[in-house]
Amino acid sequence: MRLKTKLFGTLYEFKDLNDVMAKANEEKSGDKLAGIAAATVSEMTAAKEVLSNITLADLRNNPAVPYEDDEVTRIIQDGVNEKIYNELKNFTVAEFREWILSHETTGADLRRASRGITSEMVAAVTKLMSNLDLIYGASKIKITAHCNTTIGEDGVLAFRLQPNHTTDDVDGIRLSLFEGLSYGAGDAVLGLNPVYDTVEPVSNVLRMFHEIKEKFEIPTQTCVLAHVTTQMDAIKQGAPADLIFQSIAGSEKGNTAFGLNASVLSEARDLMLKEGTCEGPNVMYFETGQGSELSSEAHHGVDQLTMEARCYGFAKKYKPYIVNTVVGFIGPEYLYDSKQVIRAGLEDHFMGKLTGISMGVDACYTNHMKADQNDIENLSVLLTAAGCNYFMSIPHGDDIMLNYQCTGYHEVPSLRETLNRKPIREFEIWLEKMGIYENGKLSKRAGDASIFIK
Amino acid sequence: MISEDRIKGIIENVLREMGSGEISTDLRTREATVSDDDIVDFGATDLRKQLLVPNSANEEAYLKLKETTPARLGIWRAGPRYMTQTQLRFRADHASAQDAVFNSVSEEFIKEWGILEVSSKCKDKDEFLTRPDLGRQINDETAEILRKNCVNKPKVQIVIVEGLSSTAIEVNARDTFESLTQGLKGHGIEGGTPFFIRNGRVPSMDSVSEVLQPEVTVALVGERPGLATSESLSCYIAYKASTSIPESARTVVSNIHQMGTPSVEAGAHIADIVVKILEQKTSGIDLK
Repeated sequence: MRLKTKLFGTLYEFKDLNDVMAKANEEKSGDKLAGIAAATVSEMTAAKEVLSNITLADLRNNPAVPYEDDEVTRIIQDGVNEKIYNELKNFTVAEFREWILSHETTGADLRRASRGITSEMVAAVTKLMSNLDLIYGASKIKITAHCNTTIGEDGVLAFRLQPNHTTDDVDGIRLSLFEGLSYGAGDAVLGLNPVYDTVEPVSNVLRMFHEIKEKFEIPTQTCVLAHVTTQMDAIKQGAPADLIFQSIAGSEKGNTAFGLNASVLSEARDLMLKEGTCEGPNVMYFETGQGSELSSEAHHGVDQLTMEARCYGFAKKYKPYIVNTVVGFIGPEYLYDSKQVIRAGLEDHFMGKLTGISMGVDACYTNHMKADQNDIENLSVLLTAAGCNYFMSIPHGDDIMLNYQCTGYHEVPSLRETLNRKPIREFEIWLEKMGIYENGKLSKRAGDASIFIK
Repeated sequence: MISEDRIKGIIENVLREMGSGEISTDLRTREATVSDDDIVDFGATDLRKQLLVPNSANEEAYLKLKETTPARLGIWRAGPRYMTQTQLRFRADHASAQDAVFNSVSEEFIKEWGILEVSSKCKDKDEFLTRPDLGRQINDETAEILRKNCVNKPKVQIVIVEGLSSTAIEVNARDTFESLTQGLKGHGIEGGTPFFIRNGRVPSMDSVSEVLQPEVTVALVGERPGLATSESLSCYIAYKASTSIPESARTVVSNIHQMGTPSVEAGAHIADIVVKILEQKTSGIDLK
């Protein structure tokens, strides 16, 4: 491995592959906070040049966190299809980038490749991609998954309906749910972030979701995003759930901070396949986000993009129905402003797709970031063009429980109409049946939640 | 004079007309005659009571359910997009949140209050937002200032920590402090010398406690604002605070603001907690 380069008369040398990877990143405040970012844009460019000549075999042989030390590394490495890897291993990262972008390389080629690569390779090539590269590359990769309905088909843009409430009040949640449905949201999942992470309130909301789903015959999935162990207890006690959720990290230590490990997730998946209310076979829902490993001091000196890629490699093992990055949630010490959030959103989506998982994005921001609603509207348009499987949707983009802002119910029809996307087919038929859609668009009644409370 | 009810009536009529795509020219002439005192504050509308959906299938149930949630529901649409008034209100609430985060507590406010001001290691707001590690610490000079100007080893040390909302500090910290001090006096407890930590994060209470060594430290901290309020203050209380205590050793009282726990009430409540902590010599999850 060549770990140095010369640029405009200056010699740049890097300690090791992790150092090259960190310094090759586009600017992120989190990498600066970790003390591993490039000092100048010239140094960043030099690191990109060094990285462009590294081979995929080098990346395979030098995982970001050693195999012996980390369960996530082991899962990613052990999941590699060796035949496919052998076909790809002599690519440099530059060649891999150009192969991904080539007209000759099809979406099917990329899906096949995803089985022969590690997360470090996914991260490395992402570092050499411009924003439009990330959009174009991702748009070639179609990843579908099936729970009760199939997500990820061509020309489809789905939405999670996120009817969060400050006290988990079921009436308040119900009204928000109805209003979201009346805008055509909810085909990805009806998914609540609960305030109270205990079995009873979680079961109550799951039951309420299930009843509404049955009563109105809504072809979709349900989930309450408590800790995975709380959901397991609720399901064991008979609560109806179609998907089981957990936030995950890109290192074993990061997952420990989230209170889980690989065997807990395997157990959760087995339980869902046995006692979940859905068809399957994809029964898992994961959330991630750049910077979470650093915030729990579990990043092993590795940059946040690489750690994020490892989340997807880890997630893939459990054949998830949906995975989304919560890209702007973590705050300005990890992603400083709208420029960094938009970049991270495009990176994460591309990495998820290249990993081979059904990828969505929570395009969002907090109030201590230099970003506003216009920025995430921009991001959502870019990601729709990139073929993002789904976004979140909440009333007017204002999450009253998590105290952040993301895409609103109104973004659901707006993005679909502007960029010619449709809801998941069965859901679209249901919207027509309910009179919310007419000829593939919102009807005059759409936006009135009370059509469900006559 | 046009009464507030009358203005509300006018607005409701206009909204209804906007829903049907017609705008009354009548309004424009009326608007010109409204005096400053009669102008409605567009940030003051109670969103729970506002239903903008025209001819809804069940208006009564809609409004009743809206009472159960602060979510922005029943907001109707222009094509697939937001109505102008709800979009403006959203921007206004976000502006208020951003102002609270990115503006600093004014020096005049601290001067007028008459308490000592020190700073964390962060030199400005930008560093404060990107370097949480520095927002937790104070430098040696600051430690020296505290040693010289503050009572050493007080029973209770109250610190005002700027945190993520300058608005919360300016609106709610002083009343909470006065009420808390009164409450402690009622129990015969004298506090130490209060001071303000500019660009401080919650754990800066630990750093200053290592210098002054109070038995109990009470920090009033500006909370990261949501869109519902930018004035929310939190209170963190720890027994024998130091940089080695776990987060779980802090007792927290959050949501101190007009629509949550009002500041005067919160101060009295915090005083009672401090008394309990002094009795049990522990705080956080171990406090019974």
